[in-house]
Amino acid sequence: MAGAAKNEPGRVDWRLAAPLGFTYLAFFAAPLLILLAMSFAADDRFASFSMDSWVKFWGDPFYRGVVYDTVRLGMVAVLATSALSYPIALLFIASGPLVRKLLIFIILLPLLTSVVIRTFAWIVILAREGVVNQTLLALGLTSAPLNLLQTELGLVIALTQIEMPLMLLPLVTVMQQINPSLSDASRALGGSKWRTFFRVILPLSLPGWIAGATLVFASATTAFISQTVIGGARLVYLPSLIWQQSMVVFDWPFAAVASVTLLVAVLSGVMLFSLLGRFARTT
Amino acid sequence: MTHRNTISDQSYSVVMGGLATLSVAILVGPVIIVLLTSFTSSRVLTFPPPGFSIEWYRDLFDPVRSGHIHSALANSVWVAAIATALAVVVATAAALAMARSNRASARALEASFMSPLILPGLSYGLAALMFFSILGFRPSINHLIAGHLVVIAPFIFRTTLASLTQFNPALLESSASLGAGRLYAFRRITLPIITPGIVAGAFLAFVASMDNVPVSLFLSNARTNMLPIRMWGMMETTLDVRIAAISGVIIVAVLVAMVVMDRLTGLTRRMSM
Repeated sequence: MAGAAKNEPGRVDWRLAAPLGFTYLAFFAAPLLILLAMSFAADDRFASFSMDSWVKFWGDPFYRGVVYDTVRLGMVAVLATSALSYPIALLFIASGPLVRKLLIFIILLPLLTSVVIRTFAWIVILAREGVVNQTLLALGLTSAPLNLLQTELGLVIALTQIEMPLMLLPLVTVMQQINPSLSDASRALGGSKWRTFFRVILPLSLPGWIAGATLVFASATTAFISQTVIGGARLVYLPSLIWQQSMVVFDWPFAAVASVTLLVAVLSGVMLFSLLGRFARTT
Repeated sequence: MTHRNTISDQSYSVVMGGLATLSVAILVGPVIIVLLTSFTSSRVLTFPPPGFSIEWYRDLFDPVRSGHIHSALANSVWVAAIATALAVVVATAAALAMARSNRASARALEASFMSPLILPGLSYGLAALMFFSILGFRPSINHLIAGHLVVIAPFIFRTTLASLTQFNPALLESSASLGAGRLYAFRRITLPIITPGIVAGAFLAFVASMDNVPVSLFLSNARTNMLPIRMWGMMETTLDVRIAAISGVIIVAVLVAMVVMDRLTGLTRRMSM
């Protein structure tokens, strides 16, 4: 601030930005460049330039399937968290300060208690002797315990809870800024509650939804622990492929190709969501 | 006032109310189930627990049988503390650097400072491993600190920048016209106003470092084992009930920290702003 006061307002004080800037150049930008270079290397000593790893990755339908499954998992997580987050956000804006505070606590608590613990909780819930199976058996809805671990359904259920706070926080933030008289006006003009939701609240909450969808998509596609522990060895997504290729097989160029692919896939998803927002605003 | 479509309105209330109840149950349920499971008397993970016992907590606190968990916790706390302390300095300075700027250069810089939150951590973790090993560094806990610093700095940057936008620059001008030096004005005016933002950001950053998997997965080794990686290993192999006890300790610690942080910084208000 000592420098900022001297600068005319509106200018970035580069001396104060430099420490974080250089930290990022040295420990963030440089590693990512090396990752990109490694994906074009013949081996992990950069002996020569080679496209082999890219050809091997994209030429194999198995690996293309892994990319598709990873992106689809992220999209399904976005849809599921959206469906469950809007009702909570509506409850939030309809509530008084005390309930609001309680809801924020309920949203923050799982967010702050480690992805590993949340994943562990879902093992207890989805296992053969777990909560879901005990309940279904007791109600007589099934005669044999269902196998929910190591299935995509189980993984999606778990990821929905694990990622929901990331959708809820921006959604709640934006929705409490919506002027309530807009909904009142829609109701007074004879709009049903459904119509008011879809024509007034949903469009106005879009910026929050886009921020939430971006975070959920980025997080669900890279949720290594949840994917390996709940998905198991049979379901392969890009994160477990990256880990296996780099730390078990030690094929660094190939792992780098998978990592760059994951990076591009996540950034494409992020850009898609922001384009969607721009498109929705103009129509 | 009468409305048409009362059946439709009722269906709205039923559907939204039902979904809201379900969502709250899904959010809170797993946390409660883990807490209850940690007091089980059984050697396997069943729910509901067949009986009550604190043997898993006794096992967890036993320095001989759980020594590897204790050292993983010590590593995690050390890395989180140093990385958070460094991040507070560099991220607060960066937030101050662009607080009153609305130019394209400031917005571009802001986006690049926030980018580690969106870029997949796993890609970065592998990139950091390649970076340190190509430079010829031997594995060290300092690499973990550097990697965590990059990943957690955005949390402090964001909350500090948010508290600076509510800051009235006229305060600085009047203090200057009253003869205050710039450093004095920073210490007596700017710092007190942005401190809650810095503290809230530091709390989130510390928690993010303690929970970090993607960077630790690649940069930690047998000597510098980190708690989440150790817990992942336990889940993949034996599914030891001690994981439930570790979870119980962490959940209670987070709960206490959240209440304290809310008193100190208005954390709940800050998170929904």
